[in-house]
Amino acid sequence: MTPANQSAPVLQARGLVKRYGHVTALAGVDLDLLPGEILAVIGDNGAGKSTLVKALSGALVPDGGEIRLDGRVVKFRGPGDARREGIETVYQDLAVAPAMTVAENLFLGREIRKAGLLGSVFRLLDKKRMLADAAAHMESLQIGIASMRQPVESLSGGQRQAVAVARSAFARHVVIMDEPTAALGVKESRMVLDLIRRVRDKGLPVIFISHNMPHVFDVADRIHIARLGKRVAVVSPGEISMAEAVAIMTGAI
Amino acid sequence: MLGQIGRDKGQGTRDKEHSAIGPVAALLLACAFFASQSDRFLTGQNFSLILQQVVVIGVIAIGQTLVVLTAGIDLSCGMVMALGSIVMSKAAVDLGVSSAAAIVCGVMTTVAFGLVNGALVTLIRLPSFIVTLGTLNIAFAITQIYSESQTVSGLPDGMLVLGDTFRAGDAAVTYGTVLMLTLYVLVWLALRETAVGRHVYAVGNNAEAARLMGIPTTRLILGVYTFAGLMYGIAALLAVARTGVGDPQAGQTDNLDSITAVVLGGTSLFGGRGVILGTLVGALIVGVFRNGLTLMGVASVYQILITGILVILAVATDQLSRRRSA
Amino acid sequence: MHNTRAVLTLILACAVTPALSQTQPVIGLITKTETNPFFVKMREGAAETAKAKGARLMTAAGRFDGDNASQVTAIENMVAAGAKAILITPSETKAIVPAIRKARAAGVMVIALDAPTEPQEATDALFATDNFKAGLLIGQYAKAAMAGKPAKIATLDLAPGITVGKLRHDGFLRGFGVKEGDPSIVCSADTQGDQARGQTAMENCLQRAPDINVVYTINEPAAAGAHRALRAAGRDRSVVLISVDGGCAGVRNVKVGVIAATSQQYPLKMASLGVEAAVEYAKSGKKASGTIDTGVTLITDKPMKGVDSKDTAFGMEGCWGK
Repeated sequence: MTPANQSAPVLQARGLVKRYGHVTALAGVDLDLLPGEILAVIGDNGAGKSTLVKALSGALVPDGGEIRLDGRVVKFRGPGDARREGIETVYQDLAVAPAMTVAENLFLGREIRKAGLLGSVFRLLDKKRMLADAAAHMESLQIGIASMRQPVESLSGGQRQAVAVARSAFARHVVIMDEPTAALGVKESRMVLDLIRRVRDKGLPVIFISHNMPHVFDVADRIHIARLGKRVAVVSPGEISMAEAVAIMTGAI
Repeated sequence: MLGQIGRDKGQGTRDKEHSAIGPVAALLLACAFFASQSDRFLTGQNFSLILQQVVVIGVIAIGQTLVVLTAGIDLSCGMVMALGSIVMSKAAVDLGVSSAAAIVCGVMTTVAFGLVNGALVTLIRLPSFIVTLGTLNIAFAITQIYSESQTVSGLPDGMLVLGDTFRAGDAAVTYGTVLMLTLYVLVWLALRETAVGRHVYAVGNNAEAARLMGIPTTRLILGVYTFAGLMYGIAALLAVARTGVGDPQAGQTDNLDSITAVVLGGTSLFGGRGVILGTLVGALIVGVFRNGLTLMGVASVYQILITGILVILAVATDQLSRRRSA
Repeated sequence: MHNTRAVLTLILACAVTPALSQTQPVIGLITKTETNPFFVKMREGAAETAKAKGARLMTAAGRFDGDNASQVTAIENMVAAGAKAILITPSETKAIVPAIRKARAAGVMVIALDAPTEPQEATDALFATDNFKAGLLIGQYAKAAMAGKPAKIATLDLAPGITVGKLRHDGFLRGFGVKEGDPSIVCSADTQGDQARGQTAMENCLQRAPDINVVYTINEPAAAGAHRALRAAGRDRSVVLISVDGGCAGVRNVKVGVIAATSQQYPLKMASLGVEAAVEYAKSGKKASGTIDTGVTLITDKPMKGVDSKDTAFGMEGCWGK
């Protein structure tokens, strides 16, 4: 294994365990995310990829093990805790509110209030600023949605994905994505992969789960291979072939 | 660029907001029609009366709207209101406490019921329809037992203040009307201009998304039901001020009437969409029809028929306009 | 050993039970609703008489005025529980008939209280107040009180399709001497017998015709609501406000001048006569029949010539509710 970057991991998981009744989804899994990298997480069905991501994003609480952010142990009791630590997640079903606008979704859960008394005492929102910031943010990611005031449900699948990815790019620390290209066509997938690269270029490390080997090998700096709730290997796309990766994933090697 | 792929509307239409235009248009049309049928309709005094007549349902409907926005429903609202009015009137008449203290007792009762509704919905995860069906019956029974099914009269003037009027032009306007309008404006502002307001819409539109974005959904929904309970308590005071008595038989159809106002006002029963001012318009539509038809001398049964037709039209228009823009 | 004991107990129980039921006849009372003080009084009267006569009373009620289904279920349950007679205030006077027929076919005597079924012969007997007469009396009173002045009448009714409401309304019109559709009837609105709705109905009627001077109301809560609206419009002294029921709160309202006159009905009498008839049937097999009018009295403190009435002191003696 020749990791691209030798510095200390931004996000680290050790021995995470999660059981659902008799089923063990995570059987003591480790993970290391290095600064400025795109780490792909691949694995067969039932390997525990989604569960791992949910544990890292605070969407579920693991039964055992620890998570460290910049070396500090963190315990997430809910998604709000993870967001407050600067970890943003793009979930498989996007987790957007369809009737709400692009700007409203981008700032969902971290709305900006007006300055002074109006904001602190009356808790009034600074809608103008959110609209402006949303537009600027989308532009910096080169996403071409004309109006921030459109309801998300009026957008196409690819545009909705872009909104979800853009929302995660507000992160201060880490971005996690669960199957970001799964529901997209070829052209739209291309755009989302470019978007992921732009997020990384902003300085945010990215973890993303994918089933799609060509996408993984296109964009990832390192590949975390999961099997039966554990990490079985970490490789870089340069060192092995897709076929070998699949083989490790299914346990052939 | 992602913008070029797929449809891009770009007109900046805010789906949440335009849904109030329909109800307002319907209200204006109705007013125009009734004005043409009777020259007594379009007077300040007549409109002041209509407002007074919808004040109780109007305030109940504020609570109902908030609950419906979170994709819930509150069937207990009318009975809880009646219980509140009995508690406060009996406290003043039987126990002899001051009007203010009596009102507080009544409101605390309705808030407690709201809290119970919210707790059962969020903590035990029961569907709101079932929870509020249960609390509806419990509130009704307690009201009848406590009041022995007798109206409470002889209330102190302090409790009836909201029924007092002041002159505005040629009309006598009650303080209760002013209170109702003020509440609508305040809740409207809160829903539009605060983060909590947005979170209410988010929870109704996609509760899981709201949770994943770190919004404390349990606390929020609990708060909504409790606030609704507060609204029912204020409605109880308004009912007492309007009729001058604590009536244990009041409020029995208020749950359906408040839902009618909510639906006519354009709020979706599926949650996440609607404008609270639309509910006020919906309540006014019902009041205008009742008043207008009586002025025309039309039998009451037609009022019921028309309300039913309006409700279906309101929901159908809302669905069709959404399908067209999607 | 266990089996023999069980069988002996069973035989003993079977032998004793008919004997018990002979001394404790079961009578059912089904009212329209649970909480209307009119029916509460009825239940009280029935319970008192049942206790005095050594009968067991089962009660049930619909959930709202017009709730036929609950009454049907109650009849079925009571017949199954061995009731010898059922007293019922029918919510839906036609729709309840099939269930009553079935009960009578099973040997249960059924007596209608307060309002007849359609047809009236569907029940063994009717112990009722004459709702038409109740309306008639107040109609006659109002006519006399108007003393020949041209009348502008508002009728605040119950709700579409309910017999009691129609009977009282029609009785009032007959007593006053006008037909349905007469131009002197300037407004009719529904109140569902509710005080708040009575207020709204009166307000809207006053908007239509500010010079209304006769107001007929279906019951005393509606009258209380109407009075509030009249007072707010400054018309309470210029209107003859009349009602039906004779509840204690209503009679008090007559005393203080809120209501000019009210027709008092006697729910307790209906119920206790009904229980007596039921006990008689259980004992001797003699069924009650025909119609017994439990009476209606006009209560007012301002008597009018040509119309018999009693004052509020009398009214308070016989009133129901509190």
